[in-house]
Amino acid sequence: MSNNKIIHWFKYGSPQSFYPLAGKMIPWFWVLATIFFVIGLYISFFLAPTDFQQGEGYRIIFIHVPAAWMSMFIYLVMAFWAGLGLALNTRLSSMMAQALAPTGAIMAFLSLWTGALWGKPMWGAWWVWDARLTSALILFFLYIGFIALQAAIDDARRADKAGAILALVGVVNVPIIYFSVKWWNTLHQGASVSLTKAPSMAAIMLWGMLIMALAFWMYSIAVALTRVRAIILEREAHTEWVKELPEVKQ
Amino acid sequence: MNAVIAIIRRDLLLAMRRKSEVLTALFFFIIVVSLFPLGIGPESTLLKKIAPGILWVAALLATMLGLARLFAPDHADGTLEQMVLAPAPLGLLVTGKIIAHWISTGLPLVLLAPVLGLQFDLEADALGILVVALLLGTPLLSLIGAIGAALTLGVRGGGVLLSLLVLPLYVPALIFGAGAVEAHISGLGAGGHLSLLAALLALAVFFAPWATTAALRIALE
Repeated sequence: MSNNKIIHWFKYGSPQSFYPLAGKMIPWFWVLATIFFVIGLYISFFLAPTDFQQGEGYRIIFIHVPAAWMSMFIYLVMAFWAGLGLALNTRLSSMMAQALAPTGAIMAFLSLWTGALWGKPMWGAWWVWDARLTSALILFFLYIGFIALQAAIDDARRADKAGAILALVGVVNVPIIYFSVKWWNTLHQGASVSLTKAPSMAAIMLWGMLIMALAFWMYSIAVALTRVRAIILEREAHTEWVKELPEVKQ
Repeated sequence: MNAVIAIIRRDLLLAMRRKSEVLTALFFFIIVVSLFPLGIGPESTLLKKIAPGILWVAALLATMLGLARLFAPDHADGTLEQMVLAPAPLGLLVTGKIIAHWISTGLPLVLLAPVLGLQFDLEADALGILVVALLLGTPLLSLIGAIGAALTLGVRGGGVLLSLLVLPLYVPALIFGAGAVEAHISGLGAGGHLSLLAALLALAVFFAPWATTAALRIALE
Protein backbone atom coordinates (compact mmCIF):
# COMPACT_ATOMS: atom_id res chain seq x y z
CA MET A 1 0.00 0.00 0.00
CA SER A 2 2.61 2.48 1.11
CA ASN A 3 4.78 1.28 -1.72
CA ASN A 4 2.15 2.43 -4.19
CA LYS A 5 2.13 5.89 -2.68
CA ILE A 6 5.86 6.26 -3.05
CA ILE A 7 5.66 5.35 -6.72
CA HIS A 8 2.75 7.70 -7.09
CA TRP A 9 4.77 10.62 -5.75
CA PHE A 10 7.93 9.90 -7.66
CA LYS A 11 5.85 9.85 -10.80
CA TYR A 12 5.77 13.65 -10.65
CA GLY A 13 9.54 13.74 -10.49
CA SER A 14 9.63 13.32 -14.25
CA PRO A 15 9.16 16.46 -16.34
CA GLN A 16 6.68 14.66 -18.58
CA SER A 17 4.11 14.05 -15.83
CA PHE A 18 4.91 17.21 -13.90
CA TYR A 19 4.30 19.50 -16.86
CA PRO A 20 0.51 18.95 -17.04
CA LEU A 21 0.23 18.81 -13.23
CA ALA A 22 1.93 22.21 -12.95
CA GLY A 23 -0.37 23.51 -15.66
CA LYS A 24 -3.39 22.45 -13.59
CA MET A 25 -2.00 23.93 -10.35
CA ILE A 26 -0.97 27.34 -11.69
CA PRO A 27 -4.50 28.85 -11.97
CA TRP A 28 -5.28 27.80 -8.40
CA PHE A 29 -2.20 29.52 -7.06
CA TRP A 30 -3.08 32.63 -9.03
CA VAL A 31 -6.59 32.56 -7.54
CA LEU A 32 -5.17 32.17 -4.02
CA ALA A 33 -2.62 34.92 -4.65
CA THR A 34 -5.33 37.29 -5.89
CA ILE A 35 -7.61 36.58 -2.92
CA PHE A 36 -4.79 37.12 -0.43
CA PHE A 37 -3.61 40.25 -2.23
CA VAL A 38 -7.10 41.76 -2.17
CA ILE A 39 -7.63 40.98 1.52
CA GLY A 40 -4.07 41.95 2.44
CA LEU A 41 -4.15 45.25 0.56
CA TYR A 42 -7.58 46.06 1.99
CA ILE A 43 -6.27 45.50 5.52
CA SER A 44 -3.08 47.41 4.87
CA PHE A 45 -4.74 50.45 3.30
CA PHE A 46 -8.12 50.69 5.04
CA LEU A 47 -8.19 48.66 8.25
CA ALA A 48 -4.69 49.16 9.63
CA PRO A 49 -4.58 52.38 11.66
CA THR A 50 -2.15 55.18 10.97
CA ASP A 51 1.01 54.69 12.99
CA PHE A 52 1.37 57.43 15.58
CA GLN A 53 5.14 57.66 15.06
CA GLN A 54 5.60 56.90 11.40
CA GLY A 55 2.36 58.25 9.94
CA GLU A 56 1.11 56.74 6.70
CA GLY A 57 4.59 55.99 5.44
CA TYR A 58 4.84 52.81 7.47
CA ARG A 59 2.32 51.09 5.17
CA ILE A 60 5.13 50.15 2.83
CA ILE A 61 6.10 47.41 5.31
CA PHE A 62 3.12 45.43 4.01
CA ILE A 63 5.12 45.00 0.81
CA HIS A 64 8.60 45.28 2.27
CA VAL A 65 8.49 42.64 5.01
CA PRO A 66 6.81 39.90 2.91
CA ALA A 67 9.29 40.55 0.09
CA ALA A 68 12.22 40.30 2.51
CA TRP A 69 10.84 37.09 4.02
CA MET A 70 10.28 35.57 0.61
CA SER A 71 13.75 36.52 -0.61
CA MET A 72 15.30 34.53 2.25
CA PHE A 73 12.81 31.67 2.10
CA ILE A 74 13.14 31.24 -1.68
CA TYR A 75 16.93 30.98 -1.33
CA LEU A 76 16.48 28.07 1.09
CA VAL A 77 13.91 26.38 -1.16
CA MET A 78 16.13 26.95 -4.19
CA ALA A 79 19.13 25.45 -2.41
CA PHE A 80 16.97 22.52 -1.28
CA TRP A 81 15.90 21.72 -4.85
CA ALA A 82 19.39 22.29 -6.18
CA GLY A 83 20.85 19.98 -3.54
CA LEU A 84 18.21 17.36 -4.26
CA GLY A 85 18.99 17.60 -7.94
CA LEU A 86 22.68 17.14 -7.22
CA ALA A 87 22.17 14.23 -4.84
CA LEU A 88 19.48 12.26 -6.68
CA ASN A 89 20.36 13.44 -10.18
CA THR A 90 16.75 14.40 -10.87
CA ARG A 91 16.39 16.85 -13.69
CA LEU A 92 13.16 18.38 -12.47
CA SER A 93 14.63 19.43 -9.10
CA SER A 94 17.37 21.38 -10.84
CA MET A 95 14.84 22.97 -13.19
CA MET A 96 12.84 24.00 -10.13
CA ALA A 97 15.92 25.64 -8.60
CA GLN A 98 16.60 27.46 -11.85
CA ALA A 99 12.98 28.63 -12.02
CA LEU A 100 13.03 29.95 -8.46
CA ALA A 101 16.19 32.05 -8.76
CA PRO A 102 14.79 35.02 -10.72
CA THR A 103 11.76 35.27 -8.41
CA GLY A 104 14.06 35.24 -5.39
CA ALA A 105 16.24 37.91 -6.92
CA ILE A 106 13.20 40.07 -7.64
CA MET A 107 12.02 39.66 -4.04
CA ALA A 108 15.46 40.64 -2.73
CA PHE A 109 15.50 43.67 -5.03
CA LEU A 110 11.96 44.60 -4.04
CA SER A 111 12.81 44.44 -0.36
CA LEU A 112 15.86 46.67 -0.92
CA TRP A 113 13.90 49.13 -3.04
CA THR A 114 10.94 49.42 -0.69
CA GLY A 115 13.37 49.58 2.21
CA ALA A 116 15.00 52.60 0.62
CA LEU A 117 11.62 54.23 0.03
CA TRP A 118 10.73 53.62 3.67
CA GLY A 119 14.12 54.71 4.96
CA LYS A 120 14.06 58.16 3.36
CA PRO A 121 11.10 59.57 5.35
CA MET A 122 11.85 57.52 8.52
CA TRP A 123 15.61 57.69 8.84
CA GLY A 124 16.20 60.63 6.51
CA ALA A 125 18.44 58.52 4.28
CA TRP A 126 17.84 56.26 1.31
CA TRP A 127 20.40 53.84 2.57
CA VAL A 128 22.12 53.15 5.87
CA TRP A 129 24.73 50.47 6.39
CA ASP A 130 22.47 48.59 8.72
CA ALA A 131 23.07 44.87 9.24
CA ARG A 132 19.78 43.86 7.64
CA LEU A 133 20.16 46.09 4.63
CA THR A 134 23.71 45.01 3.99
CA SER A 135 22.98 41.31 4.32
CA ALA A 136 19.92 41.69 2.06
CA LEU A 137 22.19 43.35 -0.51
CA ILE A 138 24.65 40.46 -0.30
CA LEU A 139 21.79 37.97 -0.64
CA PHE A 140 20.80 39.81 -3.82
CA PHE A 141 24.39 39.42 -5.09
CA LEU A 142 24.26 35.69 -4.32
CA TYR A 143 21.11 35.35 -6.42
CA ILE A 144 22.71 37.28 -9.28
CA GLY A 145 25.79 35.06 -9.06
CA PHE A 146 23.65 31.92 -9.24
CA ILE A 147 21.71 33.20 -12.25
CA ALA A 148 24.88 34.41 -13.99
CA LEU A 149 26.68 31.10 -13.46
CA GLN A 150 23.77 29.11 -14.87
CA ALA A 151 23.47 31.47 -17.81
CA ALA A 152 27.18 31.23 -18.60
CA ILE A 153 27.26 27.43 -18.91
CA ASP A 154 25.78 26.12 -22.14
CA ASP A 155 25.44 22.49 -21.12
CA ALA A 156 22.22 22.40 -19.07
CA ARG A 157 23.22 19.47 -16.86
CA ARG A 158 26.56 21.02 -16.00
CA ALA A 159 24.84 24.34 -15.32
CA ASP A 160 22.47 22.55 -12.93
CA LYS A 161 25.23 20.89 -10.98
CA ALA A 162 27.54 23.89 -10.84
CA GLY A 163 24.63 26.05 -9.74
CA ALA A 164 23.73 23.49 -7.08
CA ILE A 165 27.20 23.61 -5.57
CA LEU A 166 27.10 27.40 -5.58
CA ALA A 167 23.67 27.45 -3.95
CA LEU A 168 24.79 25.01 -1.25
CA VAL A 169 27.97 26.99 -0.56
CA GLY A 170 25.76 30.08 -0.39
CA VAL A 171 23.39 28.45 2.10
CA VAL A 172 26.29 27.62 4.42
CA ASN A 173 27.51 31.18 4.03
CA VAL A 174 24.26 33.08 4.48
CA PRO A 175 24.15 32.76 8.30
CA ILE A 176 27.89 33.48 8.54
CA ILE A 177 27.47 36.57 6.39
CA TYR A 178 24.44 37.67 8.37
CA PHE A 179 26.17 37.43 11.73
CA SER A 180 29.42 38.93 10.51
CA VAL A 181 27.54 41.90 9.09
CA LYS A 182 25.59 42.22 12.32
CA TRP A 183 28.74 42.28 14.46
CA TRP A 184 30.44 44.62 12.01
CA ASN A 185 27.50 46.96 12.40
CA THR A 186 27.55 46.93 16.21
CA LEU A 187 31.30 47.52 16.22
CA HIS A 188 30.95 50.57 14.01
CA GLN A 189 28.07 51.98 16.04
CA GLY A 190 26.34 52.73 12.77
CA ALA A 191 22.61 53.17 12.40
CA SER A 192 20.96 52.93 15.78
CA VAL A 193 17.49 52.74 14.27
CA SER A 194 16.14 49.25 14.14
CA LEU A 195 12.80 47.68 13.46
CA THR A 196 13.11 45.50 16.53
CA LYS A 197 13.13 48.51 18.82
CA ALA A 198 9.91 49.86 17.38
CA PRO A 199 6.87 49.52 19.62
CA SER A 200 5.13 46.20 19.13
CA MET A 201 2.68 46.55 16.32
CA ALA A 202 -1.07 46.35 16.50
CA ALA A 203 -2.62 42.95 15.84
CA ILE A 204 -4.36 44.15 12.68
CA MET A 205 -1.03 45.28 11.19
CA LEU A 206 0.47 41.87 11.93
CA TRP A 207 -2.47 40.18 10.23
CA GLY A 208 -2.13 42.40 7.21
CA MET A 209 1.54 41.53 6.99
CA LEU A 210 0.93 37.79 7.35
CA ILE A 211 -1.79 37.78 4.69
CA MET A 212 0.40 39.79 2.36
CA ALA A 213 3.19 37.27 3.01
CA LEU A 214 0.79 34.47 2.00
CA ALA A 215 -0.11 36.43 -1.13
CA PHE A 216 3.58 36.80 -2.01
CA TRP A 217 4.11 33.13 -1.32
CA MET A 218 1.27 32.02 -3.63
CA TYR A 219 2.45 34.48 -6.28
CA SER A 220 5.99 33.07 -6.08
CA ILE A 221 4.73 29.50 -6.48
CA ALA A 222 2.55 30.44 -9.44
CA VAL A 223 5.36 32.30 -11.18
CA ALA A 224 7.94 29.60 -10.44
CA LEU A 225 5.65 26.88 -11.80
CA THR A 226 5.00 28.90 -14.94
CA ARG A 227 8.72 29.36 -15.38
CA VAL A 228 9.50 25.71 -14.72
CA ARG A 229 7.00 24.76 -17.42
CA ALA A 230 8.82 27.00 -19.86
CA ILE A 231 12.15 25.46 -18.84
CA ILE A 232 10.73 21.93 -19.29
CA LEU A 233 9.54 22.81 -22.80
CA GLU A 234 12.90 24.32 -23.66
CA ARG A 235 14.99 21.43 -22.36
CA GLU A 236 12.73 18.59 -23.45
CA ALA A 237 12.05 20.09 -26.88
CA HIS A 238 13.65 17.05 -28.54
CA THR A 239 11.29 14.52 -26.89
CA GLU A 240 8.19 12.98 -28.42
CA TRP A 241 5.81 13.96 -25.67
CA VAL A 242 6.65 17.65 -26.02
CA LYS A 243 6.07 17.44 -29.77
CA GLU A 244 2.69 15.83 -29.08
CA LEU A 245 1.52 18.70 -26.82
CA PRO A 246 -1.35 20.69 -28.33
CA GLU A 247 0.28 24.04 -27.51
CA VAL A 248 3.49 22.96 -29.26
CA LYS A 249 1.77 21.39 -32.28
CA GLN A 250 0.10 24.60 -33.41
CA MET B 1 50.93 13.07 1.64
CA ASN B 2 53.78 12.72 -0.83
CA ALA B 3 51.34 13.59 -3.60
CA VAL B 4 50.36 16.82 -1.84
CA ILE B 5 53.98 17.86 -1.42
CA ALA B 6 54.71 16.97 -5.04
CA ILE B 7 51.79 19.10 -6.23
CA ILE B 8 52.84 22.04 -4.06
CA ARG B 9 56.43 21.79 -5.35
CA ARG B 10 55.25 21.54 -8.95
CA ASP B 11 52.90 24.53 -8.71
CA LEU B 12 55.49 26.64 -6.91
CA LEU B 13 58.07 25.72 -9.51
CA LEU B 14 55.66 26.72 -12.27
CA ALA B 15 54.98 29.99 -10.47
CA MET B 16 58.71 30.66 -10.15
CA ARG B 17 59.22 30.00 -13.86
CA ARG B 18 56.48 32.49 -14.67
CA LYS B 19 57.41 35.13 -12.13
CA SER B 20 55.58 37.89 -13.97
CA GLU B 21 52.17 36.49 -13.00
CA VAL B 22 52.99 36.44 -9.31
CA LEU B 23 54.59 39.87 -9.48
CA THR B 24 51.64 41.32 -11.41
CA ALA B 25 49.26 40.43 -8.60
CA LEU B 26 51.68 41.89 -6.08
CA PHE B 27 52.07 45.17 -7.94
CA PHE B 28 48.32 45.30 -8.47
CA PHE B 29 47.99 45.14 -4.67
CA ILE B 30 50.48 47.99 -4.23
CA ILE B 31 48.86 50.14 -6.90
CA VAL B 32 45.31 49.68 -5.61
CA VAL B 33 46.44 50.58 -2.10
CA SER B 34 48.21 53.71 -3.34
CA LEU B 35 45.22 54.80 -5.41
CA PHE B 36 43.05 55.30 -2.33
CA PRO B 37 44.99 58.24 -0.85
CA LEU B 38 44.95 59.85 -4.29
CA GLY B 39 41.19 59.50 -4.45
CA ILE B 40 40.47 60.46 -0.87
CA GLY B 41 43.11 63.11 -0.15
CA PRO B 42 46.28 63.12 1.92
CA GLU B 43 44.60 63.73 5.29
CA SER B 44 46.59 61.42 7.54
CA THR B 45 44.02 60.90 10.34
CA LEU B 46 41.37 59.78 7.86
CA LEU B 47 43.81 57.57 5.96
CA LYS B 48 44.99 55.96 9.18
CA LYS B 49 41.41 55.14 10.06
CA ILE B 50 40.57 53.51 6.75
CA ALA B 51 43.96 51.85 6.20
CA PRO B 52 42.96 48.35 7.43
CA GLY B 53 39.91 48.37 5.18
CA ILE B 54 41.89 49.55 2.16
CA LEU B 55 44.61 46.94 2.66
CA TRP B 56 42.03 44.20 3.04
CA VAL B 57 39.95 45.19 0.02
CA ALA B 58 43.12 45.38 -2.05
CA ALA B 59 44.15 41.94 -0.77
CA LEU B 60 40.76 40.51 -1.79
CA LEU B 61 41.11 41.93 -5.28
CA ALA B 62 44.73 40.79 -5.62
CA THR B 63 43.91 37.19 -4.66
CA MET B 64 41.04 37.29 -7.17
CA LEU B 65 43.58 37.95 -9.93
CA GLY B 66 45.43 34.71 -9.34
CA LEU B 67 42.34 32.56 -8.97
CA ALA B 68 41.60 32.27 -12.67
CA ARG B 69 45.03 30.66 -13.09
CA LEU B 70 44.46 28.14 -10.32
CA PHE B 71 42.95 25.41 -12.50
CA ALA B 72 42.70 26.89 -16.01
CA PRO B 73 46.23 26.03 -17.32
CA ASP B 74 45.96 22.48 -15.97
CA HIS B 75 42.54 22.16 -17.53
CA ALA B 76 43.84 23.40 -20.87
CA ASP B 77 46.76 20.96 -21.16
CA GLY B 78 44.96 17.95 -19.68
CA THR B 79 46.90 17.76 -16.42
CA LEU B 80 43.66 18.08 -14.50
CA GLU B 81 42.25 14.92 -16.11
CA GLN B 82 45.38 13.08 -15.07
CA MET B 83 44.93 14.34 -11.50
CA VAL B 84 41.39 13.00 -11.46
CA LEU B 85 42.70 9.63 -12.65
CA ALA B 86 45.65 9.64 -10.23
CA PRO B 87 45.64 7.10 -7.36
CA ALA B 88 45.82 9.89 -4.76
CA PRO B 89 42.39 11.33 -3.87
CA LEU B 90 41.53 14.42 -5.89
CA GLY B 91 40.63 16.31 -2.71
CA LEU B 92 44.22 16.04 -1.47
CA LEU B 93 45.66 17.19 -4.78
CA VAL B 94 43.25 20.12 -4.81
CA THR B 95 44.34 21.00 -1.27
CA GLY B 96 47.92 20.97 -2.49
CA LYS B 97 47.07 23.31 -5.33
CA ILE B 98 45.28 25.68 -2.96
CA ILE B 99 48.27 25.70 -0.60
CA ALA B 100 50.57 26.47 -3.51
CA HIS B 101 48.24 29.26 -4.64
CA TRP B 102 48.32 30.74 -1.17
CA ILE B 103 52.13 30.57 -0.95
CA SER B 104 52.51 32.25 -4.34
CA THR B 105 49.84 34.96 -4.00
CA GLY B 106 48.63 35.17 -0.38
CA LEU B 107 51.91 34.99 1.48
CA PRO B 108 53.63 37.80 -0.49
CA LEU B 109 50.65 40.04 0.34
CA VAL B 110 51.02 39.23 4.03
CA LEU B 111 54.73 40.09 3.90
CA LEU B 112 54.16 43.28 1.94
CA ALA B 113 51.17 44.59 3.91
CA PRO B 114 53.13 46.01 6.89
CA VAL B 115 55.29 48.06 4.52
CA LEU B 116 52.19 49.52 2.92
CA GLY B 117 50.68 49.96 6.37
CA LEU B 118 53.61 52.22 7.24
CA GLN B 119 52.56 54.52 4.39
CA PHE B 120 49.29 54.93 6.24
CA ASP B 121 51.02 55.67 9.51
CA LEU B 122 49.78 52.55 11.35
CA GLU B 123 51.43 51.84 14.71
CA ALA B 124 53.78 48.88 15.08
CA ASP B 125 51.37 46.80 17.16
CA ALA B 126 48.52 47.51 14.72
CA LEU B 127 50.80 46.32 11.92
CA GLY B 128 51.42 43.14 13.89
CA ILE B 129 47.67 42.52 14.19
CA LEU B 130 47.29 43.26 10.47
CA VAL B 131 49.88 40.63 9.63
CA VAL B 132 48.27 38.03 11.91
CA ALA B 133 44.81 38.79 10.46
CA LEU B 134 46.10 38.52 6.91
CA LEU B 135 47.96 35.33 7.80
CA LEU B 136 44.67 33.80 8.93
CA GLY B 137 42.57 35.48 6.25
CA THR B 138 44.47 35.00 3.00
CA PRO B 139 44.37 31.16 3.16
CA LEU B 140 40.62 31.55 3.69
CA LEU B 141 40.44 33.68 0.55
CA SER B 142 42.36 31.06 -1.43
CA LEU B 143 40.11 28.27 -0.15
CA ILE B 144 36.82 30.02 -0.90
CA GLY B 145 38.18 31.33 -4.19
CA ALA B 146 39.12 27.81 -5.30
CA ILE B 147 35.43 26.83 -5.24
CA GLY B 148 34.63 29.74 -7.55
CA ALA B 149 37.61 28.96 -9.79
CA ALA B 150 36.47 25.34 -10.15
CA LEU B 151 32.87 26.35 -10.85
CA THR B 152 33.83 28.81 -13.59
CA LEU B 153 36.40 26.51 -15.20
CA GLY B 154 36.09 26.72 -18.97
CA VAL B 155 33.00 28.91 -18.76
CA ARG B 156 32.33 31.89 -21.02
CA GLY B 157 33.43 35.15 -19.35
CA GLY B 158 34.89 33.12 -16.49
CA GLY B 159 37.05 35.86 -15.00
CA VAL B 160 34.33 38.43 -14.41
CA LEU B 161 31.88 35.74 -13.36
CA LEU B 162 34.41 34.46 -10.85
CA SER B 163 34.52 37.80 -9.07
CA LEU B 164 30.73 37.97 -9.03
CA LEU B 165 30.54 34.55 -7.38
CA VAL B 166 33.42 34.85 -4.96
CA LEU B 167 33.40 38.45 -3.71
CA PRO B 168 30.08 38.17 -1.80
CA LEU B 169 31.45 35.07 -0.08
CA TYR B 170 34.55 37.02 0.96
CA VAL B 171 32.48 39.43 3.06
CA PRO B 172 32.97 37.67 6.44
CA ALA B 173 36.74 37.47 5.91
CA LEU B 174 36.84 41.17 5.07
CA ILE B 175 34.75 42.14 8.08
CA PHE B 176 36.70 40.13 10.64
CA GLY B 177 40.07 40.80 9.03
CA ALA B 178 39.78 44.56 8.78
CA GLY B 179 37.73 44.60 11.99
CA ALA B 180 40.55 42.97 13.95
CA VAL B 181 42.91 45.85 13.21
CA GLU B 182 40.27 48.49 13.85
CA ALA B 183 39.21 46.85 17.12
CA HIS B 184 42.83 46.82 18.23
CA ILE B 185 43.32 50.49 17.35
CA SER B 186 40.14 51.49 19.17
CA GLY B 187 41.30 49.57 22.26
CA LEU B 188 38.73 46.77 22.15
CA GLY B 189 41.28 44.04 21.53
CA ALA B 190 41.55 41.99 18.37
CA GLY B 191 41.18 38.58 20.02
CA GLY B 192 37.53 38.03 19.18
CA HIS B 193 37.92 38.93 15.53
CA LEU B 194 41.02 36.80 15.13
CA SER B 195 39.33 33.84 16.78
CA LEU B 196 36.36 34.13 14.44
CA LEU B 197 38.69 34.41 11.47
CA ALA B 198 40.51 31.28 12.64
CA ALA B 199 37.17 29.50 13.09
CA LEU B 200 36.15 30.40 9.54
CA LEU B 201 39.52 29.17 8.31
CA ALA B 202 39.05 25.83 10.10
CA LEU B 203 35.59 25.49 8.57
CA ALA B 204 36.89 26.34 5.11
CA VAL B 205 39.85 23.95 5.37
CA PHE B 206 37.37 21.19 5.97
CA PHE B 207 34.66 22.06 3.45
CA ALA B 208 36.24 24.09 0.64
CA PRO B 209 38.50 21.37 -0.89
CA TRP B 210 35.53 19.04 -0.84
CA ALA B 211 33.26 21.52 -2.65
CA THR B 212 36.08 22.38 -5.06
CA THR B 213 36.60 18.72 -5.87
CA ALA B 214 32.90 18.26 -6.57
CA ALA B 215 32.89 21.34 -8.81
CA LEU B 216 35.98 20.11 -10.69
CA ARG B 217 34.42 16.73 -11.34
CA ILE B 218 31.35 18.48 -12.77
CA ALA B 219 33.54 20.68 -14.97
CA LEU B 220 35.39 17.64 -16.33
CA GLU B 221 32.32 15.52 -17.05
